[in-house]
Parts: sequence; C-alpha cells; structure tokens
Amino acid sequence: MAFISNPERHVARDEKVAAGKLHATQYLVVLMLAVLATGMWRLQILGAENYRVLAQANRIRKDPVRAPRGKIFDREGRILVDNYPSVTCYLLREQVKDLQTDIPLIARGLDLPVEQVQATIRRYASQPRYESILLKQDITPDEQAFIEAHRNELPELETRDEQRRLYPRDGFAAHLIGYVGEVSEEDLNSSKFDFYEPGDMVGKSGVEETYDGLLRGTDGSRDVIVNSHGKEIDLAGQVLAIPGKDLRLTIDLDLQRVAEQAMEGRNGALVAMDPHTGEILAMVSRPTFDPNQFAVRLTKTYWSSIINDPNHPLMNKTIQAQLAPGSTFKVIMSLAGLQEGVAQAMHVMCAGGATFFGHFFACDKHHGTVDIDHAIPWSCDTFYYTLANMLGIDTIAKYANEVGLAQRTGVDLPDEATGTMPSTAWKMKTQHEKWYAGETISVGIGQGAVQVTPLQLARALSGIASGGVLRRPHVVFPDELPPDMRSAIASTFPGSGDRVIPLSPQNWQTITDAMAATLGPGGTGYAVRLENIDFAGKTGTAQVVNHSAGATSLGAGSERANAWFVGMAPRRNPDIVVTVLCEHGGWGAEAAAPVAAQVINAFVTKQRKREGNLLEVNTPKPDLPATQPKPAPPATPTAVSSAAPGPRVAGTSTPNRP
Amino acid sequence: MRRFSSFRDFDWTLLTLVLLISVISVVEIKSATLQTKFHGFGEKQIIFILFGLVLMFLISFIDYHRLLDIAPWAYGISILLLIAVKLVGQKVLGARRWINLGGGVHFQPSEWVKLVLILIVARFFWGLVGRELSWMDIAKAFALVCIPMALVLAQPDLGTSLTYFPVVVAGLFLGGIRPRQVAILILGASVLIGGAFLSGKRLKPYQQARLTSFINPDADPKGAGYQIKQSLIAVGSGGLWGKGTNKGTQTQGDFLPIPYTDFIFAAFCEEHGFVGGIGILLLYFLILTRLIQNAQQASDIPGTFIVMGVVAVILFQIVVNIGMVVGLMPVTGIPLPLMSYGGSSILFTFLALGIVMNIRMRRFVN
Repeated sequence: MAFISNPERHVARDEKVAAGKLHATQYLVVLMLAVLATGMWRLQILGAENYRVLAQANRIRKDPVRAPRGKIFDREGRILVDNYPSVTCYLLREQVKDLQTDIPLIARGLDLPVEQVQATIRRYASQPRYESILLKQDITPDEQAFIEAHRNELPELETRDEQRRLYPRDGFAAHLIGYVGEVSEEDLNSSKFDFYEPGDMVGKSGVEETYDGLLRGTDGSRDVIVNSHGKEIDLAGQVLAIPGKDLRLTIDLDLQRVAEQAMEGRNGALVAMDPHTGEILAMVSRPTFDPNQFAVRLTKTYWSSIINDPNHPLMNKTIQAQLAPGSTFKVIMSLAGLQEGVAQAMHVMCAGGATFFGHFFACDKHHGTVDIDHAIPWSCDTFYYTLANMLGIDTIAKYANEVGLAQRTGVDLPDEATGTMPSTAWKMKTQHEKWYAGETISVGIGQGAVQVTPLQLARALSGIASGGVLRRPHVVFPDELPPDMRSAIASTFPGSGDRVIPLSPQNWQTITDAMAATLGPGGTGYAVRLENIDFAGKTGTAQVVNHSAGATSLGAGSERANAWFVGMAPRRNPDIVVTVLCEHGGWGAEAAAPVAAQVINAFVTKQRKREGNLLEVNTPKPDLPATQPKPAPPATPTAVSSAAPGPRVAGTSTPNRP
Repeated sequence: MRRFSSFRDFDWTLLTLVLLISVISVVEIKSATLQTKFHGFGEKQIIFILFGLVLMFLISFIDYHRLLDIAPWAYGISILLLIAVKLVGQKVLGARRWINLGGGVHFQPSEWVKLVLILIVARFFWGLVGRELSWMDIAKAFALVCIPMALVLAQPDLGTSLTYFPVVVAGLFLGGIRPRQVAILILGASVLIGGAFLSGKRLKPYQQARLTSFINPDADPKGAGYQIKQSLIAVGSGGLWGKGTNKGTQTQGDFLPIPYTDFIFAAFCEEHGFVGGIGILLLYFLILTRLIQNAQQASDIPGTFIVMGVVAVILFQIVVNIGMVVGLMPVTGIPLPLMSYGGSSILFTFLALGIVMNIRMRRFVN
C-alpha cells in the first residue's frame, strides 16, 4: 500500500474541487429522485385502482358456507332425515408452494388413497386457485388432530364445521329417500347443474334427487381477511346461508316400519298407496343399502359389496324392476273381457289346461267349469288363455295401456321404468316381426313379453277397484310445493298421470267382488284373509323362465318364479293398495300375500284406532255377494269423487249399499 | 493552529432532517411489525438511533485528518475482518455476514468497511491532487475498492458489496477522470459483464432468479417474483393518500416481505400514499443537498471527497432500494438509509454523518 503511504507531501489545503462537479452531483440527485418519483406516480396514481383490486384479492378469501339441507318428515311430521354437525376438511391451494410433495402426507393423515387425493386436485385444476377443494367430509377426531398438529407443514389444510345428512339406520326407506353425494363431473357438464359448483353436495337418488332444489337451500359465503399464511385475521363480510326447506312426505312412518319388517330378509319390493289420491304410504325395496355410507366416506369394500350384489341393492324395485306380472294381470284381462262384453257369458271347461294353435297350455288345477266370478279367485289359467284368444293382443294391449302399463306412472322419483306391453305394433316396431296369435295365449296370464313395475301394478289394479279412477302416484304433497316447483315436477316426471277410464258399474262390481273372493273360501289367497277387514286382492306367480308347458312348475334358485300379490281394502274405492313382489319367492299366495296382508292389517288397525272415538269397531260381514253399486257410475271424475266419500275405514265401509 | 470547534458550527439543519426521517422510520417499523413476532423492533431502532447520535457527536470531535491518518490501518484491519467473517462468521440464510460478539450483539463488518473505504479513497485522491489521473491511478483506486468488494461478494452479499462501488465512482469523478477514460472503462465493463452473463455461471441461482423476476414478475408469483409483485401491489394500492398507519393490508397481512427492512419504503407508501412517499423523497433531497453544500464548504480536498463519498453511498442506496420497491430495479437486498431497521446500517449512517459534521465544524480552519 505504498501508494497511499505519504499524503502529507501534498499539503495543498487551499485547493478545492471544482464547484461545477458538485453542481453536477446536485443535478444528478434531482434527476435520480425524479426518476423514483415517476416510478411512484406510475404505481400509486396511474395504477392505484388496479393495485387496490389486487391487494383486495390478496387478502380476502371467499369461504363457502354450506346451507343446511332441509329435513325430511313423514306425513305426520315425524322426522325421517335429520342433519348433524360434522367437520369437513378443505384444501386451500393458495397456501401451498409445492402441493405435489405434500400429497403423500395429506393422504396418510386423512386416511385417503394418494391417487384419490391427486384425482380430486386434478378435478379442480381449471377452477380459480382461491376456490377451496373439498378433501374429506365428516373427518374423525384423529384426523382433526392431525390437521391441527400439522398447521405449519400443511397450512393448506383447513377444517370447517358443516351440517351433514343423517339417514335412518339399516337402509330404512333408503330407496325412497335416496342419498346425497358430491356433484359429479358429468353432472356439472349438464345444463341441469348450471348453478352447481364442484364440491357441492347434491341429491343422488330418491326424494333427495327429485327435490334437491327445495332441500338444498342457498349456500352463503364468508369474506375472510387472511394474512399471507392464510390465517384468518378478520371478517370483511358475509352472506348468510339460506337453509333448505323441510319436506313432508306422504309416507306413513308406522306403515313403512311394518312394511320394512315384513320385507326383511326378502328380495323384492313393496309399495303401499292411497288410491284416492296417489299418495304413497310405504315404499320398500330389498335388499337395501345404507345411505349414510354414501353421504359420508363411501368405502371401497362397501361400494363393491353393493355393486356386486346380484340382487341390485341400489335399485328401487318398486319403480325400476320390470317383471312379468303373472296372474295379477288377470284383473286387467277381466277388465278387458268384461268391458268388451265377452267375459260375462264365458263358461270355460278347465281340465288342467287347454290346447291352442297346436300347443298345450297348462293350468295348475282341474278347475272344471269356470265363469268370470270364479276365474279371478281361482286364478284359472285356462279361462284366461281362452279369453286372451278371444280378445286378441291389441284389445288386451288397449286396456293394459288404459290402466297405465308400458308408461311411467309419473311418480316423483327419478329413473322410473316404463315396463312393456306387447302388441302387434310393438312387435313390429321392436322386432320387425308379425305378431303370432299363439303368442297372445300366455299374455292372458301375464307372461310372455308383459313387464310391469310393482307401482304400475298397484296403480292399475287399485284404479280398477276405484271404478276406473287412476291417480298419479307421488311421495310429496303437491299442494305443499311452491307453484314453480310443482309445475317443474309435473313436467320432469310425465306419466300417465291422473285419468279416468271407462268402467261400467256392473263390471266394476264383478271384478272387485271377484278380487274379494280371492281372499274368501276357495280363493287362492284364503290363507291370508283378514278377519273383519274387507280385503281384496290378486295373487300372481310369474315364471322367470318361460316354460311352454305353462305354470305347472315353480323352478328353483334364480329360475324360481317371482311371487306377486296386489291387495287392497276395502274392495271398492279402496283406501289402500299394497303390491308385494318377492323375486324368486315362489307362489304369490305363499310368499307375497302374507306380507301384503300384514301391511293392510296394520293400516286398518291404525285407522280404526284413530277413528275409534267416532265409530264402534263393529264386525260387518264382508258384503259378498255384493249388492248394487252406488247409483252414480264412476265414469267421470266428479262421479267418482261422489262415490269415494264415506267412512275411510276399511272393512267398516258400506258405500256400495244402495 | 486549528481553532477549537464549537456546537454552534454543528449542522443543526442536517441533524433536524435526519431526526425527522428517523422518527418516521421508527413509526413505520412499529407499524410493519405490529402483527409479527418482531414487534419490539421499533424500540430497538430507537436505541440504535440514540447510540448512533452519541457516536455521531463523538466522531465529530475527532479531527477528520486524524481519521485520514489511521485510514490505512483501518483498511488493513477491515480486510482481515472480512476474511475472518468468511472463516468464522455466523451463517445465516446461507451467507456468512456477521460476527457474533456475544450477548446477542452481532457485528456486520461489511457495513463499517464502507466508512473506511470513503476515508481511504479520500486520502488516495488527496495524494493525487494537482496532476492528471493516469491509468495506473485508476487501477489503484479500483483495487482499493475491489478487494473488499470481492470479499463481501464472497459472503455472499451482493447488495452490500455493490454499495462500495459508488465510493470509487465518486472519487474518480471528483479526482478528475477524463471523458475518454470513462468511455474506455464503460466499454471494458460492458465486455466483462456481457461475458459473465453469457457464461451464466457467475451469479448464484437466487441472484439469477432475482434478475429474471425483475424482468418478469409474473413468471413465478410464489417464488422470486413474489417479493417484487407484493411490493408493487403494496405501493400501488396505497394510492394518493395511503391506507393509514397500521392499516396497510399488504404490510399487516404479511404479504409484503420484510416490510421493516428492505421493503420499508413499500410499507410506508402503502400506508401513507404517494403524498407520504414524495415527502420522504423530499427529505432525502434536502439531506443530500445539505451534504453537497457541506462538501462545497469543506476546508480542504479530502473533506470534500469524504462528504461526497457519503453522498454517493447514500444516493446509491436510496436509488437502488426505492428503485427496487417501485419495480425499476432488481431485488438486491440493500437497506434504505435512515429508514430500514438494522443496527449496522443505522450506525454507519450516523457515523458517516458525524464525519460530515466534523468536516463542517472545521470549515473555517484556515
């Protein structure tokens, strides 16, 4: 450092730095500060609005507040579906730098498969980053503790208290009520779900699906002021959630309970309906499933057990099973035969079957001479083979269509099946073949291509018993819906709806008396008769495999016949109709009829108990043989409604007395 | 020979301006640390300022010619200290910049070296008065500054090492460098920098990232660009009048990085707006103007050189820091003099101002 060692040799202290250089420095200072001021001007004056918006977006996070879903009650206001508080875990993508590295830890802590977490995040890829992702609902206290303990490592995890669905246990009324789940990707792409966002809970089946718009309410939101770590500092504002509307069903909890118990361990369906109004009183499908498992953490094992069950637990068989009605179809045959004027005079000799078009069609018994009054209670196949042959397929189809077969009933539940009613036109259209007259014979006993749902059958037979008045079945009281919802439901579920079909009083009486006789001595359902109850019905045993030999063998296992029973009380203008289907149950009289009898008994007992103060429980004889029906023929709706009133007590009703 | 200097000759105007900006600094530090675990920093800054004032008065009593006399020794010790830091210094965030003196006191030699450099450069050019600068002189001046610069750069601390540069620039400018020499130097530097840039190995990854993010802040909004982006949002959203003390959402919500040190001007602009920011610039303008006046009034060449060295360093830090905050400069990590929190930075500034006072008090010596 020799070059700085000796400054003293230049002790020229009077020398000065040129003033110009210092002035230049002064100008440089001004210039530099002016440049900085320009930079500030650009941001704070010109860009102020833009940056204000950015600053707001930085700190304000919109947290959705889920609206509690409406509760569901039975017709008497007893609770069916409730909510309970639970904790849901959300993922906030804004809070994380490298999400992918966190995924394994998140998956472990929340007990989720890694692929599922990745798939969930992928699903939200196109959504704005500030939108939170629903990771897991109804997390356990352990999982909550995990999130709390990892606040620093996983700041992106957030828990929120939410209301969750609590369904009845053991799959009680599961098919009717349905369940909720996260809205799916496919759903979001359809216009029906325009107002839904990923993560929204949506009704997936049953009443939950149909009345989702009513039950779901309107989600609110909280504008939360957060710091850069996503920690909530303050609340900037909020939109309160509007809870969903409660829903009252037409279901009678007492009756549903009886029906559920009666169907326990069976494979099939039961539907009970008030034929006056179409209100469904009970609806059971077996096997059932636990909707709670669907609403919250559906496990893989449960899902595969449901999906691989050959008996289709998720299917609401009351409206989705399409099966041959068997002998229950004979009521519709009788309607056709009587209204066409051919059945009245028929006296068919049954010798255990008869031969048509060179084929022998069997009957299960030698019934001897059979007329229309005995054909139904004895369920004589020979009689109906003959009748079918006389009427021809298109006449049969005309009456079947009149009572609503091969059409949706219009029940306010999703995915109702239509069923099938063969005809010449139907065969030409579906198989491009001519109808052979020989095919008509087995249709006469509800076999062949005829397929119905239990609800269709209930509506058709009770409609006939009500003098030709058919109602649109429903599970929610239309009067209690907002008008726009009511019309939306009507247009979403078009069906044959409310209608009146021509039925002469004499024919009405003939058919209903014959159905009552089914439960009388010699009738196929005599074993399940109910003392003091005017109980009418029709058994059915539908072959699963079409034996050309006729209904002589039941078959076994999955080829065993399906057992049917349609029962009602009282016989005319019934207050209740119950259809029971026991798949592969064997004889309708043995497998299905006792179930229906239990439900009808419970219904009548309850009715009597309620109105016991008004009416002594007397024991009138079932009015067999029936007297003249009421003067007003039920040919028009007004006429029917005048026929319908009277004591709504099955078994004690005497509306048909002149 | 030398007249005893009195407090009447002390630059009270300059001191008032400096104290004014110090008070603003404390208020803003308190606001910026309100929601954080650093909420005692306002008080600590007051202590630094008081300590700085004491040092300022003390150093103003020692004739600056004494300081010039010991400058070579101080320079040598500084070089040794910088080497020591590299060897035994405390490693914080990947860089060795501090020496732990025990009792929670950390010593950052690189800040003090600035002061020594100002003195040694003044002394060097004082020795060259009266003759034209040769290429050898220029090389020697650069060598004086570049040795400590390289050591600080190796810590690594790009920001502080850059603050040494204006000292030599100011010295060369005042020392009479000719335009032709300037042109050749710029050309040579361009070639060097261009070569370094092309080889691409000279900068640490974080330094490269800072440069990239300066050019395009949106490239990686959560990474290196995050700081610039948040700073721009803070300044811009402050608008004309600001959001009010303690009410800056960017500052209080911890979106703005280190709002009490490097980004304090962004925090201030958010809470006090364009008007407040211009106010600060005005204060700096007055301080710098006052310093240049003092440089003019200095009784001899080294006095002028010292004051102008201080001016150069302070101006450079203001331009680079505020330039960074408003998006005109890349992120370099240079504190804003008198505003940013930090003992070393505050003490350096007050010591530097103390020497300026010293020179002013002796302006009538002859």
